[in-house]
Amino acid sequence: MSWRAVMSLRRAISEKTLGRLWLGMMYLFLYIPLIFLVVFSFNSTRQDGVFTGFSLRWYAALMDDSRLVEGFFLSLKVALLTGTLSVVLGCFAAFVLVRYLRFSGRTLFYGLVNAPLVMPEVIIGLALLLLMVAVQRALGWPDRGFITIVLGHTLLGMAYATVVIQSRLSEVDRSIEEAAMDLGCKPLQVFFLVTLPNIAPALVSSWLLTFTLSFDDVVISEFLSGPGVTTLPQVIFSYARRGVNPTIYAAATLLIAVVSLGIVAYSLAMLRRQKRLDREISAARSA
Amino acid sequence: MSTLKPHHKLGRRLVIGVPYGWLVLFFVLPFLILLRISVTDMGSGVDPFAPVVERVDGAWRLVLKVQNYLSIFHDAAQGGSGSGRTIYVDAYLTSLKYAFFTTLLCLGLGYPFAYFLARARPAVRPVLLMLVMLPFWTSFLLRVYAWKGILADQGVLNNLLISLGLIQEPIAMLYTDVSMLVGMTYVYCPFMILPLYANLVKMDGRLLEAAHDLGASGWQTFWLVTVPLSRSGIVAGCMLVFIPALGEFVIPSLLGGAENIMIGRVVWDEMFSSNNWPRASALAVVMIVVILVPLALYYRASSARPAGAR
Repeated sequence: MSWRAVMSLRRAISEKTLGRLWLGMMYLFLYIPLIFLVVFSFNSTRQDGVFTGFSLRWYAALMDDSRLVEGFFLSLKVALLTGTLSVVLGCFAAFVLVRYLRFSGRTLFYGLVNAPLVMPEVIIGLALLLLMVAVQRALGWPDRGFITIVLGHTLLGMAYATVVIQSRLSEVDRSIEEAAMDLGCKPLQVFFLVTLPNIAPALVSSWLLTFTLSFDDVVISEFLSGPGVTTLPQVIFSYARRGVNPTIYAAATLLIAVVSLGIVAYSLAMLRRQKRLDREISAARSA
Repeated sequence: MSTLKPHHKLGRRLVIGVPYGWLVLFFVLPFLILLRISVTDMGSGVDPFAPVVERVDGAWRLVLKVQNYLSIFHDAAQGGSGSGRTIYVDAYLTSLKYAFFTTLLCLGLGYPFAYFLARARPAVRPVLLMLVMLPFWTSFLLRVYAWKGILADQGVLNNLLISLGLIQEPIAMLYTDVSMLVGMTYVYCPFMILPLYANLVKMDGRLLEAAHDLGASGWQTFWLVTVPLSRSGIVAGCMLVFIPALGEFVIPSLLGGAENIMIGRVVWDEMFSSNNWPRASALAVVMIVVILVPLALYYRASSARPAGAR
């Protein structure tokens, strides 16, 4: 391979072609597992490498699997509560970081908020487990299970929610709030009537993000769950370690369908909102 | 702002106090307990660990044991087990190895990707970006599990290669370095792409034009202008990949073989299989220290930026 050959090859492939090629290959890499899950969830046998025929038997098996179904409902409850708690706490933390620039312990606070993001989940899980055991011994409550899992997920979720809300809050125009104050609003009124609507999109997206994180988490749940309490990812994890199980592919396909529909609906709603805003702005301009 | 009324101060304290209290209670306190248990003996009876403070002859005595830490690095039971390294040191080294190569692969694949993404037409960028995020919203566990079916000896990839006539025998990929690196690169690549993209998309096109006008070729512009300007994105991406990859727990359990044991798994085993809480805690503390090194370098790198350069 001479240098000249490389040069002529480079001339032949323009940057644009190379770009398309690279993007295409990477998207293929990112989507291969999803395609695999969907296709093989309809496979008629337990075979992993060959598609032997179309069937819905794994979907039927999924509905009959009480562990998966129970795990699903537990995960749903955990994720709903985690998302809500994370957004509330993240809102507080973001407010502190953006608005209260001077108080003692701010540097420590900043570090603490961000620390869960760079801490491996194994360590978070272990440390929280040790705390829960200590509390349980001292107070006789809570037993490991639902509450401890929610606490663990919220610790991580709050960190993510804070990052999302913080970036939005720092863009909010303070002069609108000052105008509300001048017009006689009390601080709480200003917050609920002016600030909150302004950061609402960030609240929604951080809720969705923390919900998803919680619904998907396996490591923290593994450390903090108790006997008889297993979230959906935990059930899947235990099945997955045992080998091939197309029932899980069926569950995965349903999840992929829900997420894709949700994202499409969300994007369409955003698009319509944007169009309405544009219309209103142009209407206001021409008036 | 200096004329705050008293009830404003109360509100302010409340707003700061709620998240602060939460973090102290559920983040700081657990780590203090972890640290404390890591310097105790294994307990006797129902207690999984011995008390730190004990009462001897009417006086309180503080008992701190470093032997958990020593046993991580030195095998007390026997002189030489082949390599002379303990399984713990092996697990740390394995973790570092995979985290390092995963970061390298993610950077190699992700940088061109982010670069081309940032140079795509502005109209299609949001769609392309959303396509990167979409797999992230579906279960991470399920996507890793899918690789198991793809890379297995009788799996899709081997069958495809055999039917194409490229190979005769299936290649062993699952439960090897190959499956580990494919799985980890797959999972962590978006974490590399997103900060790189955010950095590259903001890059001032005039600088690239200037380089071109001054006679630089496309490659020269790329290596001498684009890459140095995106340094902070590269560092951020590498951090976001390296640190979680180091503590990875799920991927080695599903895609790794008996030799691919990483430290997260060892901590788990010490805790739940051996019931050795002090050693599990000590292993976790050492892991935190290992993570703090790149983190400290990162903060130094990001604060060392000249103040004028935004």
